[in-house]
Amino acid sequence: MSTGVRKEFDVSAIRAEFPALSRSVYGKPLVYLDNAATSQKPRCVIDAITRYYEEINSNVHRGVHKLSQDATHAYEGARETMQRFINARSPKEVIWVRGTTEAVNLVAQTYGRSHVGAGDAVVITAMEHHSNIVPWQMLCEEKGAELRVAPMNEAGELDLEGYQALLTDEVKIVAAPHVSNALGTVNPVQRMIALAHERGIPVLLDGAQAAPHLEVDVQDLDCDFYTVSGHKMFGPTGIGVLYGKEALLDGMPPWHGGGDMIRSVTFEKTEYNDLPHKFEAGTPNIADAIGLAVAADYMTKLGLDRIAKWEHELLAYGTELLSGLEGLKIIGTAAEKASVISFLIDGIHPHDAGTVLDREGIAIRVGHHCAQPVMDFYGIPATSRASMAFYNTREDLDALAAGIVKVQELFG
Amino acid sequence: MSDLYDLYQEMILDHSKKPRNRGSVEDATNQAHGHNPLCGDKIRVTVVLEGGVVKDLRFEGDGCAISTASASLMTESVKGRSREEVDRIFSTFHALVTGQKPDVPAEELGKLAVFSGVSEFPMRVKCATLSWHTLQAALDDASDPVSTE
Repeated sequence: MSTGVRKEFDVSAIRAEFPALSRSVYGKPLVYLDNAATSQKPRCVIDAITRYYEEINSNVHRGVHKLSQDATHAYEGARETMQRFINARSPKEVIWVRGTTEAVNLVAQTYGRSHVGAGDAVVITAMEHHSNIVPWQMLCEEKGAELRVAPMNEAGELDLEGYQALLTDEVKIVAAPHVSNALGTVNPVQRMIALAHERGIPVLLDGAQAAPHLEVDVQDLDCDFYTVSGHKMFGPTGIGVLYGKEALLDGMPPWHGGGDMIRSVTFEKTEYNDLPHKFEAGTPNIADAIGLAVAADYMTKLGLDRIAKWEHELLAYGTELLSGLEGLKIIGTAAEKASVISFLIDGIHPHDAGTVLDREGIAIRVGHHCAQPVMDFYGIPATSRASMAFYNTREDLDALAAGIVKVQELFG
Repeated sequence: MSDLYDLYQEMILDHSKKPRNRGSVEDATNQAHGHNPLCGDKIRVTVVLEGGVVKDLRFEGDGCAISTASASLMTESVKGRSREEVDRIFSTFHALVTGQKPDVPAEELGKLAVFSGVSEFPMRVKCATLSWHTLQAALDDASDPVSTE
């Protein structure tokens, strides 16, 4: 076991920056392994939100007073931080949304509604979160289009040939997860994008589970749309980013109508605002946008490469540890994985396992992970899922393994 | 872990490992499907209802220990009962698992009283009640599956 990373990547110092990690649950220290559901927040993010409300709270883009100028500056500065974080070409390509769900809906309702017609098709994958199924299903139903599902294998890896076979002339957009939430699979997105682009099909990547773990470079990926969830990457809830290539965003009709997304309004006609404001109707979530940018800076400071390296160590350690437990089966064994371990314990329902582990202070997710088709694929109702962030430790995984043994003792 | 043992009492563990009346009854007069979207559990209850009395019933489907034990003990406790009696038992059982005061003494529930610990685990109430909602739907002869949500 290498200790090299530990020296340069000081997990205990990092943990000290996350107030929630030091709390206890039922008298036991919290072992938080539900990061794919949401991550904990560092002190700097919490402070940034508080500071916004205490010092510069005001509306953006319209006030001439000092507070409004400061708020606008901070809010637009946050956009530029997110632009750098995902390496977009311009802040115009960074649209604030409530989260990845809203981002996918925005694209489905604007790009989708203006490009997908009767007889056309949309391609998604077999490992989708409900949020990247339902918006497309709604679109296809409305337009009389076909929703095609790219297959995966037993390990939870995308079947690239099967995917390629679906990319016919009817397909107007591909929407796929960068990283699967239920299985942890990291998809071969560059290859998927290249195959789609060969046929002139744009690709949306759902990055909810990727941005907390990997370096995202939208120019290098050459994806057409990319979605980021704030709360899954150590930022606040209720904020996220939709990235879109400027030319595509420019050509898309607006979605929500209201203030801020207009240039001029008469009762006869409205002229829409420029990007990115065209897609941001109403007073935005200023405080949380600022908080998210602080989270992004925090991750950048830690180093995305070091985060990925540490999490890979955790994943390898946890996978070996859990595979060694009798009666335990890991679901999702892709060669390329993010730090997610979904598992089944022989004869024990995940819900019972989750309840027992909870009383041990161990927070994991049990259920279908908003990915019922993935559960159907494996013919199971649910799994238990441990998902790690950079602040997790080997000791957390040891506690999980010991907890699972307790579960087995109780139900054995 | 004392409250865990309040939830997972010996009888519950026994019925979850060896559920009684599992399967489906032949010549069922009534049946219904139930679904708990939260955990993905699905159940089917088949009933022989004669003259307003539950002559026989069985359940099928896989669920957690609480939902399996609850279905198993339910089948034992309602066999031979009238529709009105079933409703009354369920209403008392529901009050018990949701931490409300039952209309009748909990002892009247007999073995079902082992589910009293569920009230300390609000996330698990639906596990305990899924089979009951499904039974009611079967007795109503509902064609749509019931859901705990």
